[in-house]
Amino acid sequence: MATMMGSTVLHLPSGPTGVVGKLHPTVLFNICDSFIRRNDQQERVIGTLLGSLSSDGTVEIRNSYAVPHNESLDQVAVDIDYHRTMFELHQRVNSKEVIIGWYSTGSGVSASDALIQEFYGREVQNPIHLTVDTAFTDDQANIKAYVSTPLTLGDRPLAAQFHEIQLDLRMVEAERVGFDVLKKTVVDKLPNDLEGLEGTIERLQDMIETVSRYVDDVIEGRLPPDNAIGRYLADTIASVPRVNSDAFDKLFNDSVQDVLLVLYLANLTRTQLTLAEKLNTAAQIV
Amino acid sequence: MADGNPPPMRSFAQAASTEEIVVPSRVVQIDGLVALKIIKHCKECMPALVTGQLLGLDIGSILEVTNCFPFPSRGGEEEDEVEADGANYQLEMMRCLREVNVDNNTVGWYQSTYMGSFQTVELIETFLNYQENIKRCVCIIYDPLRSGQGVLALKALKLSDAFMELYRTQVFTGEKLREKNMTWKDIFEEIPVKISNSALVSALMTELESDAPATQCDFDRLVLSTNPFMEKNLEFLIECMDDLSMEQQKFQYYYRNLSRQQVQQQAWLQKRRAENAARRLSGEEPLPEEDPNNPIFKPLLEPSRLDSYLITNQIANYCGQVNGFAGQSLSKMYLMDAFHAD
Repeated sequence: MATMMGSTVLHLPSGPTGVVGKLHPTVLFNICDSFIRRNDQQERVIGTLLGSLSSDGTVEIRNSYAVPHNESLDQVAVDIDYHRTMFELHQRVNSKEVIIGWYSTGSGVSASDALIQEFYGREVQNPIHLTVDTAFTDDQANIKAYVSTPLTLGDRPLAAQFHEIQLDLRMVEAERVGFDVLKKTVVDKLPNDLEGLEGTIERLQDMIETVSRYVDDVIEGRLPPDNAIGRYLADTIASVPRVNSDAFDKLFNDSVQDVLLVLYLANLTRTQLTLAEKLNTAAQIV
Repeated sequence: MADGNPPPMRSFAQAASTEEIVVPSRVVQIDGLVALKIIKHCKECMPALVTGQLLGLDIGSILEVTNCFPFPSRGGEEEDEVEADGANYQLEMMRCLREVNVDNNTVGWYQSTYMGSFQTVELIETFLNYQENIKRCVCIIYDPLRSGQGVLALKALKLSDAFMELYRTQVFTGEKLREKNMTWKDIFEEIPVKISNSALVSALMTELESDAPATQCDFDRLVLSTNPFMEKNLEFLIECMDDLSMEQQKFQYYYRNLSRQQVQQQAWLQKRRAENAARRLSGEEPLPEEDPNNPIFKPLLEPSRLDSYLITNQIANYCGQVNGFAGQSLSKMYLMDAFHAD
């Protein structure tokens, strides 16, 4: 007996999605902070992600804010007014940041997420769902991002399937601030210029030593030579400009003299200021 | 040996009336989150200068800053509209943040600066405005340009108490300042900054730290081109010098007028005395030795020294920056020399 299947076909998406997400460290800090400050009854925190979409499909996640919500076994209520108000406030500061998705703490994707995803789907076309595992299951920091595609049975929406997308966690800004500052729970003093430079030069020295040790090992036959690395090293060393010795000395001396002159001027100015102040306070006005 | 008498109990009224001694804040403790948010906001709006509000807790001698939010930038519309909008924005933002349990307590504000030129009268006035409502407020200054060179240029400033009292009197004559022993260094006080992170964040960061031996910070620091920064700094320094010399000229003018007036007064007094002597001889009433209606007795207003103090502060700041930067460039250049020698 052949049943007329008609036009009911189960659509399953296929192939990897080309969306790549770039996460800024501010967002991560925001999420952790709102997780720590959550109410006692809540197990997880939900919030909106703001950012920008670029034309090649890369999504930059720049900012976020937490949205109060109520969750029980069978239903989820998200405070929509709050979400709208906060979005407007954020728009006033930076109008380029638009809603691109939402985040939640806790690992994995649960059933109620589909509803929330649908809600956010009304705001933006393809909302990104970011999960941050704050409980450190698997002893790892799991930060994953998903996009969802609806599964339809003919015309009826059935479920939403979440695909994981690639997430770029390079934190250029956090690097600028310095990971040591952000890693420890308390940093007593911000490093000033010279200390920072010292640290950098030490690192540079370490790197050069590692490389030179490697080269020695290869020459003495302790390690098999690797052509790619050898070529890379040759390129790096060639990038140090070969300047004629005299020309380099002249250049060097000139620059050093310039810097010393400016330094002298600045110190002179400072001395002058102190002197003037002493004279001012000592002088008497008749 | 047991103490027989319990300490005397203060009545509630007594306790309420004793003034709280405001302990000056010794340290400002900033959350990593706040630092990142400030950096992000200031960098996005470069080169415009932006401000924002700091929220946190005020405990003991530590001022904790746990969150912050940026202020929308003024678009140059009508003054009234913008002010009302600004106040509205602030209230709405605080209300929303309170719902997610963020500390709802304003502890100050932050602003970005260009090359360290932040000492202006507006800063002082903003400080006073804040100080009316909040016992201890702090201003965080962030310099995005200097941070582009690999150092985190975040400073916490506070107006010194002595200066605040002086400002309320609005008198900045030389004498007043001398008696209070205030120099230009005493206007602003810098408070040391500590950064703190919650355990969760520090765990995450430790996980996510890339294993590469060099970070962007290092690359920024090792850049050899020193000229642009120095040039800018010197340019600003020269401008400040011009301003300072203008202020000096004002003072010179004042002193010249003052001495001229004194000479006139002396001459007039001499004449009066001679007249009086003549009158006494002829038996008439001596005229008073003072004549308040005479214009040469009008007291001249000494120009305020506040501006010159602020300018001097700025100059000192620039000099300090040049100093630090020059030290760095010299080290880098010697490094290059060592490279080349090989």
